[in-house]
Amino acid sequence: MGKMEEKNLKLSPMEKLEAENQPKHRHHMGLKASRTIGNVFGYIILVLISIIWIVPFVCIFFQSFRIESSGVVNYVIPKQWGLDNYAWLFSADSDFIVWYFNTYIIALFVCVLQTLFQLSMAYVLSRFRFKSRRLLMNLMLILGMFPGFLSMIIIYYILKNMGLTGANAVPGLIIVYVASSGMGYYVSKGFFDTISKSLDEAARIDGATRAQVFFKIILPLSKPIVIYSLLTAFMAPWGDFVFARYIAFNTSSGMNVAVGMWRWLQKDMINSHYTHFCTGGVIVSIPVIVLFLLLQRYYVEGVTGGAVKG
Amino acid sequence: MKSLDSVQYLRLNKFQRAGYQISRFFTNFPSRWAARFKKLGNFFKNLFWGIVHYFQDLYKTFVHGDWKTKVSYVVMGFGSIARGQIGRGIIFLVFEIAFILYMVLFGGSYIGQLGTLGTNTSGLVWDPTLNVYVQGYGDNSFMIMLYGVLSLFFIVAFLYTWNLNIKQNRVAEEILENNKKLATSKDDLRAMVDQDFYKTLLALPLLGIVVFTILPIVFMVLVAFTNYDASHQPPAKLFTWVGFDNFAQFLQFGDSTYGYTFANILLWTLIWAFFATFTNYFLGMLVAMLINKKGIKLKKVWRTVLVFSIAIPQFVCLLYVSKMFSTDGIVNGWLAKLGWISEPLPFWTDATWARVSVIVVNIWIGIPYLMLITTGILMNIPKDLYESAKIDGASPWKQYTKITLPYMLFVTGPYLLTSFVSNINNFNVIYLLTNGDPTTIYYTSGAGQTDLLITWLFALVVDNDPNYALASVVGILVFLVVAILSLVVYNIIPSTKNEEDFQ
Repeated sequence: MGKMEEKNLKLSPMEKLEAENQPKHRHHMGLKASRTIGNVFGYIILVLISIIWIVPFVCIFFQSFRIESSGVVNYVIPKQWGLDNYAWLFSADSDFIVWYFNTYIIALFVCVLQTLFQLSMAYVLSRFRFKSRRLLMNLMLILGMFPGFLSMIIIYYILKNMGLTGANAVPGLIIVYVASSGMGYYVSKGFFDTISKSLDEAARIDGATRAQVFFKIILPLSKPIVIYSLLTAFMAPWGDFVFARYIAFNTSSGMNVAVGMWRWLQKDMINSHYTHFCTGGVIVSIPVIVLFLLLQRYYVEGVTGGAVKG
Repeated sequence: MKSLDSVQYLRLNKFQRAGYQISRFFTNFPSRWAARFKKLGNFFKNLFWGIVHYFQDLYKTFVHGDWKTKVSYVVMGFGSIARGQIGRGIIFLVFEIAFILYMVLFGGSYIGQLGTLGTNTSGLVWDPTLNVYVQGYGDNSFMIMLYGVLSLFFIVAFLYTWNLNIKQNRVAEEILENNKKLATSKDDLRAMVDQDFYKTLLALPLLGIVVFTILPIVFMVLVAFTNYDASHQPPAKLFTWVGFDNFAQFLQFGDSTYGYTFANILLWTLIWAFFATFTNYFLGMLVAMLINKKGIKLKKVWRTVLVFSIAIPQFVCLLYVSKMFSTDGIVNGWLAKLGWISEPLPFWTDATWARVSVIVVNIWIGIPYLMLITTGILMNIPKDLYESAKIDGASPWKQYTKITLPYMLFVTGPYLLTSFVSNINNFNVIYLLTNGDPTTIYYTSGAGQTDLLITWLFALVVDNDPNYALASVVGILVFLVVAILSLVVYNIIPSTKNEEDFQ
């Protein structure tokens, strides 16, 4: 779309008046009727979309109450209802509570540390001008293009030397998630860039140190992005099972929920654990959903900002 | 082709414009490369003179410096301590001692073995004093490479610090000559939260990146030049350098060769990334527009329904959906009950079905995100544009193609590129839905027909028969694909950026 076309859209006041005086009813049905039909059509699509998006979760929910069998079946509504699956998950027979607790610990630590790392990096790159700044940014861009799994083997050995694999996988995983998180600074930097630098300068003239500017002025102004970082960092560990599986290395007590539950769906276990998987899915999802719905506004702000800045 | 001025350019229609851009791209090719070579030449010239000047400075500092500076060339931090900057000096000295100890006791021998990656195989060794075979521990190629690389990193860090130490002496001498005061330890501490606050903030994040990103990447790039696989696995066996042999394997194109497999998987990866990106983009935008539409009520409810699915961990819903569509799953059950099919549909077992299915399920995953992103941007489009368009009698379709779409593409251009790249590396969707299956005998090493490069790489690493060397080659190739793609797109975007319609 060129400049000329845009100009055509902006009419002079005289032309606008003329246009408004022209008869509006070009359609046979009239504007109102056609809009109503359009809306009805819209509602139908929206209802269909909602059904498509909700159905799998409703299915998971129903399956978690099925007690007549525990494998894959081709119907949704259980023939016998009961809470046996829930009881089993919290009993001594399953390690679910261990996994759940592991994941919870990981998520809490990662959420705090990763946010600190990302915000530090973003703040530095947004506010400081030093000699190797461009070099650093280009380097992180290039490093980001290497597939992460490539480093899995070596990270496993580094952690193994530190004694942080297998049963001790939880601190190991926290280190892995947090260590490179500085590279995900883009969204927060985009946000810091929009805060006026004159604020920094005014505070510096009043005798504040750079650290004070960061902690007392910039951070309080950046509440949305801080919450966004905390939220995304908290949610990520619940879904990761690639590194988690490799580092836990078949030791049940070092697994997170994703790895443990993923194993339930492997060929040798699926027939006895399919409903347990569904039950676990419900339990894992509920707190994350509640948190997410509460903080949705901040998430939207972060995602939108990130997309526009690129 | 002659270059057009902006008025002439604007007169062209869309296809002519595209043709013009493309032809410009090619006609400018030689001059652009000439400029690039010149730049490269200048770079090397500057580099050469930079190095020469550096050594001149080192020499001058040594000759003109006082005895404290001269001693600092050997004992790091001595100058600082002698001039009263004890804090700094001690840090330098401790670092030097630690470095020397590490190299003598540990790192030095590993660096020496980097050339061969070890020669003594572990195994049973005859012990003449006991007259039995005992388990002997030979070299471990993996450890040699790991600690070798680590030691090289250490050497670089040491040289940097040593240089810093010399520079400090030079600066300190200058300050004292001008009869000014040197910074005390207290001043140094204050600087760490003030003008040097960025160093404090960057220290930990950068350390993390060096140890957990750069070191592994350097290591794995090196592994691509070795024969590290299941039959050369330390500590029992050694692996060694093989030069470009692994890369050569990717240049053979018969059935079930690495070259053939790679070419096919790359093609599918690009097709997948294209569809995954653009179906999500357009459908997500459509849903957002539908919800934004005037007259649609309960906007919040519709949005919440979609957002709901973002909050649920992907592994739960993806694994569940994959079971829903399996041969004995719910969907086939329903269809059979309705009498529409006599035998189950091969959602994951037929190559074409599986490829379409993963793209469709990915739409289900992706639309909520895109809906969120585009809602905000759609609301930012100036309303008067639409109103004047309506007055001019523009149909909704015309409004979309002339106002909404250009605006969206302009604003989300960079996002489209990043999401294309992240779809190339979209591990979760493929791995959880199909695990790369169905497999085919035409691919090597158990790669399947929905495998992306990234899932294939993963399989090569964690399989029962892992081949780390070839996995590294695949990783390097993925990097090249992504880097070239980004470079080309970024170079093309600015050439069309002279239409700053919406800024």
